[in-house]
Amino acid sequence: MELILVNLIDGLVTGLLLFMLSAGLTLIFSMMGVLNFAHASFYMLGAYFGYQISLALGFWVALLVAPVIVGIAGAGVERYGLRRVHQYGHVPELIFTFGLALLIEELVQFIWGKNQMPFNGPEVLNFTAFAIAGNSIPAYKIFMIFISISIFMGLLYILTKTRVGMIIQAALSYPRTVEALGHNVPLIFMGVFGVGTALAGVAGVIAGPVLGTFPGMAFVLGSIVFVTIVIGGLGSLWGALVASLLIGWITTFAKSYNVEMEAVLNGIGIATPDDLSENLFRDFWALTSPQIADILPYILMVLILIFRPQGLFGKRQS
Amino acid sequence: MSDQITTDPSKPAQRMRAGSMTLTLGPWIVAAILLAALPFIFTSNSGLTIMNQMWITVVFALAYNMLLGQGGMLSFGHAVYAGVGGFACMHIMNASDFFASMPLPLLPIFGGLFGMGLALIVGAFSTRSAGTVFAMISLGVGELIAACSVIIVAFFGGEEGISGDRGEALPFFGLNFWSQIEVYYLTAFWVFISAVLMYLWSRTPVGRMANAVRDNPERAEFLGYSSRWVRFYSFVASGFFAGVAGGLFAINYEILTEENLNAASSGVILLVTFLGGVGFFFGPILGAIVFTLVQTVLSLETELWAFYAGSLFVATVMFFPGGLAGLIMMHVPPLRLGKLGVLTVPYIKTLIPAAIGILGLCSLVEMTFHYRHAATGDHEMTLFWTTFDSHTILPWIIAGAVTLIGLGIARTTAPALKEAWNEANTAGGKR
Amino acid sequence: MSTPALELTGLTKSFGKAEIIRGIDLSIGKAERHAIIGPNGAGKSTLFNLITARFAPTSGTVKLHGEDLTGLQPFQINRKGLSRSFQITNIFPKMTVFENVRCALLWAQGYKYSFWNLVERSRRLTEGADAILDQINLLPRHDLPAGMLSYAEQRALEIGITIAGGADVIMLDEPTAGMSHSETDYITDLILKVTEGKTLIMVEHDMGVVFGLADRISVLVYGEIIATGKPEDVRGDPKVQEAYLGAALEEEH
Repeated sequence: MELILVNLIDGLVTGLLLFMLSAGLTLIFSMMGVLNFAHASFYMLGAYFGYQISLALGFWVALLVAPVIVGIAGAGVERYGLRRVHQYGHVPELIFTFGLALLIEELVQFIWGKNQMPFNGPEVLNFTAFAIAGNSIPAYKIFMIFISISIFMGLLYILTKTRVGMIIQAALSYPRTVEALGHNVPLIFMGVFGVGTALAGVAGVIAGPVLGTFPGMAFVLGSIVFVTIVIGGLGSLWGALVASLLIGWITTFAKSYNVEMEAVLNGIGIATPDDLSENLFRDFWALTSPQIADILPYILMVLILIFRPQGLFGKRQS
Repeated sequence: MSDQITTDPSKPAQRMRAGSMTLTLGPWIVAAILLAALPFIFTSNSGLTIMNQMWITVVFALAYNMLLGQGGMLSFGHAVYAGVGGFACMHIMNASDFFASMPLPLLPIFGGLFGMGLALIVGAFSTRSAGTVFAMISLGVGELIAACSVIIVAFFGGEEGISGDRGEALPFFGLNFWSQIEVYYLTAFWVFISAVLMYLWSRTPVGRMANAVRDNPERAEFLGYSSRWVRFYSFVASGFFAGVAGGLFAINYEILTEENLNAASSGVILLVTFLGGVGFFFGPILGAIVFTLVQTVLSLETELWAFYAGSLFVATVMFFPGGLAGLIMMHVPPLRLGKLGVLTVPYIKTLIPAAIGILGLCSLVEMTFHYRHAATGDHEMTLFWTTFDSHTILPWIIAGAVTLIGLGIARTTAPALKEAWNEANTAGGKR
Repeated sequence: MSTPALELTGLTKSFGKAEIIRGIDLSIGKAERHAIIGPNGAGKSTLFNLITARFAPTSGTVKLHGEDLTGLQPFQINRKGLSRSFQITNIFPKMTVFENVRCALLWAQGYKYSFWNLVERSRRLTEGADAILDQINLLPRHDLPAGMLSYAEQRALEIGITIAGGADVIMLDEPTAGMSHSETDYITDLILKVTEGKTLIMVEHDMGVVFGLADRISVLVYGEIIATGKPEDVRGDPKVQEAYLGAALEEEH
C-alpha cells in the first residue's frame, strides 16, 4: 500500500513533467498545425541555460531567466525559420523542426561537450519532505509537482478567463476570421510558439538536476512526448494531460513491480513450454516489466492507433 | 505555346512515347557503364568500401523517397525496415544448411521480403493518414522496434548484434565473395536492378496515383482510388527496397547491430534524401553520393562534421526545399533559352567570395571548439594546413576578417546575380 | 418505369443542432439533365456532399441505379459510376494537364493498383486521355502543369477529370462559378457536349446556364425541395418566386 503511494507520487512527477512539454506542443500544434519536432530540444536548452545561469546567479534566478531566454529563442525560430518554411507545406515544416532538433543537439555538444553537466537543484530543497514506509520523498519532487500544477493552473486561467486567451482560442480554430477582426495573427503565432517553448524551458530547468543534463536528454524525452500527444489525441490539451499522467504512472509502476511475462502468460492459462532455452520465443517468455517499462508508451501508442486512431481525446477526422 | 494549338491530336502521344524511351534509356546506360567502370578508377580497398556504402545508401534513399517524394509520407523510422531485412539476412547466413544451398546474390531478395513483411504489418494501420499522424506513427514504431533490439536478443542479438560469414553461401559461378571487388559487383548489380525497378514503379498506375494522392488525396478518392490503399502499396514497396538495402548491408559488413535500426539511422536517410532533393527521381541518388563523400572526407578532417551537416540540412530546408536536384533542375530553363552563359560571371563573383566567407566562418567555429574543448595546455591547432596557437588573437582576427570580407562581397554582388538570374530565365532579349 | 439513375429518400443532415438538409426526396431519371437551384445557404453543396459520401447523412438513403449507397466510401461510389466536380477547383496542380486526365482514366480502364503495367506503354490510356483533352479543348495545354492554367481552363480540366472515368451519372458543383460571360458560354457548350446521353446533376447560380441546360429543375430552399419540374413550370411557380424574391430582399438589408 505504501509502495503504491510512493509510486503514485513518482509517476505524478514524471507525468506532470511530460505534460509541461506536451501542453506546449499541443498548443503549438493546434494553432499552427505543425508538430514541433524540436520541442524537446528547447527543453534541453532550458536545462543547459539553467545550469549556466545557476553557476553565476543561483538556481532561482536560473528558473526565472532561462525559460525567458528559451522562449525568445523559440519565438525567433518561429519568426525567422518556421514562417519561411510554412509556405512549402506541413511536411517541410516537420522536416525543418527535425533538422532544428539535430542542430540544437550538435550546438549543445559544441558548447558544453558530450558529458553530463553537474547541474544541482537548490540547497534549500535538499531535504526529505516526508517518508512513507521507509521511502523518503525529497522536497525537490514536491517542488516539481507544485511548479507544474501552478503552471497548468496559470495556463488554464489565461486561456479561459482572459481576453488574450479568448483571442488565442479563437485563433486556434479560425485563424482567418481572427485575422479579419484585426488581430495580428502572425504575432499571436509567434507568441504562442514562444510561450510553448518557454514552458519546455521551465521543464528543462526543473528536470535538469533530477534527470541529468546531457546532450541526449532531448531525444530521450522527446520521442515519449510525441507518443504522449498521439495517445492523447493531437491537439487536445486534456488528452495531453491524461496521456502524460497515464504514461508517467504506467512506466513508474512497471519499473517498480517486477512482473514476469511467464507469470502473466501462466496466469491467463498458457503453460510454459518444456524446453525454453531452445524456444524461438525464449526472450519473450523471459520479459520482465522493468525491462519493457520504457517501451510501454510505444506499445500503448500502437494499440491506441489500431483501436482508436484519433487518440483518447481526439476528434474523429471527417 | 501557341504553335502547338494546331498540332494533330494524336501527335503529342507519339512524341511523348518516343521521347520517353530515348530520354530514359540514356542515363541508365551511362549509369551501368559507370557502375562497372568505377572499380578500375578507384582500385583501393577503402575506395571500394566507400563506393559500396554509397550504393547501399542509394538504394535506401531511393526507397525512402518512394514515401517522402512520391507519396508525401514523412517517415522518422524507416531504418527499421532496412534493419529488419538486414537482420533476417544475417540469420539466413547463420542457418548454415540453407545458406550453403543458396547463392549469395539472392540474399538481398530475402532482405527485401522481410522488410516488406514488416511494412505489410505496420502499413496496415499507419497509412490511414499521411502528414503529421503518419510521421508520428513511424517514429513510435521505429522507436519500439529499436528498443526491442536489446530485449529480444534471439533475433537482434542484443548489444553485440548479429554477425555471420557471407563466404558460407553456395559458390555462384565459382565466386565465393571473399574479396571486396566481388562484393562490389554484387552490390552494384543490386543497386542497378533496384533503381530500375523503383523508377519503373513510379511509372505504373499505382506509382502515378501515389503522386496524385500526395497532391490531393480527396480528388483521388473521387476518381475511384482509396488514398489509404495507394499509400499502403507505396509503403510496402518502399519497405521491400529498404529491406534490399539492409540485405546488401549484411553482405558488405557481415554484422548488424542496434545502430542499423535506431532513430539516428532513420534521421540520416531523411537528411540524405532531402539534401539530394525529393522532387526528382535522381535526387536521392545524388544525395547519397554527395553525403557519403562529404561524410567520409569531413569526418576525417573535423569532429564537428555532424554540426556542419545539420546546418547544411536546415539551410536546405529553409532556402532550397528542392535540394541539390532542385538546384540543378532550376538551370534547365536558362539552358533551354541558351542563356546559361549570362550566369557564369555573376556566379563567380558571388559564390567564390561566399565560399571563402563560409570557410572563414567554419574556421571561427573550429577555433572556438578548440579553445573550449582541447586538453588544457594544448594551444596548438592546425587548420587549412596552417598550424597556430588558438589562444592568441591574430588567428581570430584573420579568420574574422576573411569571414566578413567574403560574406560582405557576396552580399554586395548578390543583387547582380539575382538580376542575371531573372535575365537568364526570360525569353528573348538582346543576348 | 425503369429504375431512376439517382433516387434520394428522406435524406436529412444535421450539423450539431443545425438541420441543413431537412428531408429530401428526389428521383432523377436516366439521361436527364437536372439542375438544383436555390438561394445561398440553402444546402445545395451539402446535398452534393451527402450524395457522394463526403459527409455521412443523418438519415435517409441515396440509391444509384436502384442500389443503396449507404456506408460506402467516396472511391467506392465513384467505381459504381457516379462522378463529381467541386465548387472550388480540385485538380492535381503539380501534374501536367495530360497526367491529370490520365489519372482519372486509370481506374475506369481497369488498372486498379497494378504495378506491372507502365502507364506510358498503354496506347489506350494515352489516346483516351488525349481524346478527353480534345473534347475539353485543352490539347494545346497538354504538357503544362495544371496549376498554371487560367481559371476557366482549370474549370474545364475539372470537368474533364470528372467525365474521364466514363461515369454515367455526372455531378457538377457550380461549374461556372466566378466566370466571365464568354467563359460561361464556353463551359456551357462544353457541358452540353460531354454529358451527351449521360445523367447530369448540377448546382448552378447562373439562371442562363440552368435554363439553357436543364431538362428539369429542383428548387432547394432551407434544406427542402419546394418545387421540381420542367424549367417553364418552375419559373412560373409562385412558391419559387416568393423564395427568390424573399432571399433577394434579405440580401439587400
